[in-house]
Amino acid sequence: MAVLIDLVLLAMLAITALRVIFLKDLFAVVMLFGIYSFLSALIFVSLDAVDVAFTEAAVGAGISTVLMLGTLALTGRTEKENKHSSLLPILVVGVTGAALVYGTLDMPPFGRADNPVHEHVAPRYIEESPKEVGLPNMVTSVLASYRGFDTLGETVVVFAAAIGVFSLLGIRRENENLSPESGFKAHRVLRVISKLLIPMVILFALYVQFHGDFGPGGGFQAGVIAAAAFILYALTFGLPYAFAVIGPRFLQLLAPLGVLLYASVGLYSMAKGGQFLDYNQLAADPIAGQHYGIIIIELGVGITVFAVMLSIFYAFASQVERSNVQ
Amino acid sequence: MTFIVDYYNYWIVVFLMMTGFFIVISANNLVKKIVGLNIFQTSVFMLYITMGKVSGGTAPIVAEGVTQYSNPLPHVLILTAIVVGVATTAVGLSLIIRIKRAYGTVEENEFKHEDEAI
Repeated sequence: MAVLIDLVLLAMLAITALRVIFLKDLFAVVMLFGIYSFLSALIFVSLDAVDVAFTEAAVGAGISTVLMLGTLALTGRTEKENKHSSLLPILVVGVTGAALVYGTLDMPPFGRADNPVHEHVAPRYIEESPKEVGLPNMVTSVLASYRGFDTLGETVVVFAAAIGVFSLLGIRRENENLSPESGFKAHRVLRVISKLLIPMVILFALYVQFHGDFGPGGGFQAGVIAAAAFILYALTFGLPYAFAVIGPRFLQLLAPLGVLLYASVGLYSMAKGGQFLDYNQLAADPIAGQHYGIIIIELGVGITVFAVMLSIFYAFASQVERSNVQ
Repeated sequence: MTFIVDYYNYWIVVFLMMTGFFIVISANNLVKKIVGLNIFQTSVFMLYITMGKVSGGTAPIVAEGVTQYSNPLPHVLILTAIVVGVATTAVGLSLIIRIKRAYGTVEENEFKHEDEAI
């Protein structure tokens, strides 16, 4: 049965991707991309990657779609007819694809427990991490503890991307007069439903943030979900109202704060005589130390991801509003 | 049949990768190119997660009575890659917005033409 679900979902994914090629209406392309992300999240669940599915559903289908729609609002929604012949691209893609399919025949068969990828560090993570780190969710243990240094790097990359977006699009100050027409204030249903939903989304984000040690979730997912709640608010009620709740200035402070919180845990463990990000030093009992360390760095990740996602949305939305005013 | 089940996931991954690749090299519109890049990127995610799956295993969260877990390492790598992916996509989209402002178009052949005129 699991095999059948896998076969069908992957086929649907392939059809969705294929449809994107032929569509000229970019709005439909972006919507299809949202469907594509949701389908891949489903496939990730069926392949046991629940944490990944969580992230893909929140990021791929949520934030990416909103950002792409924001871009479309500025650049126009139809693609112009392409006069170039697509013969050469088809040839290149065909040859590369054939070579890759030939390459897959040397891959180990899908799902065997003795595949090389399961033989090196994975058994240690699976057998030792519940004892060494003391958390049931191995993904969180590996993410935050064993590969904590790597995750610090990823958080810095997310922060750096935000700086990139700001330097390209500029940051809107709160006191600039915005057009009062933004948002969907005329839609009563939308307004009521989103007012009901937003507290629940934020509550869920907090649950995902602090329950990530035990179930699927963690700072990355929680940050994105919390940002989605505020994005919903800004889309329904308009940017000025969202700025009144959380302004861009405040987010500018939050984004580096998360990274610094993460790094300071590393420095603190060094000051206690351990190595960088060695959580065993944080408390007398190593397991308790691991717990403290993971909760704090996940919080740092969550804060940075939240601030970055929301301020990237603000940057895009301000551009759209500015072009509407002009 | 087992041969197909053994390699089906990989073939779909290759198919998606090539679809994304095709969109990137053939589309004229920059937003569509970004969608193509994202499809390519997701196919790589799919490849990693496929490799991490163990038949009969379950999600790598400790539960009673479970002996076989899927590999948590690819999940960790891909989880962070997705978030970094959306951040870099945002940078790409803001570059497109700047291109639109500077050239008035996001169709590649049109602004290439303008560059040559200069």
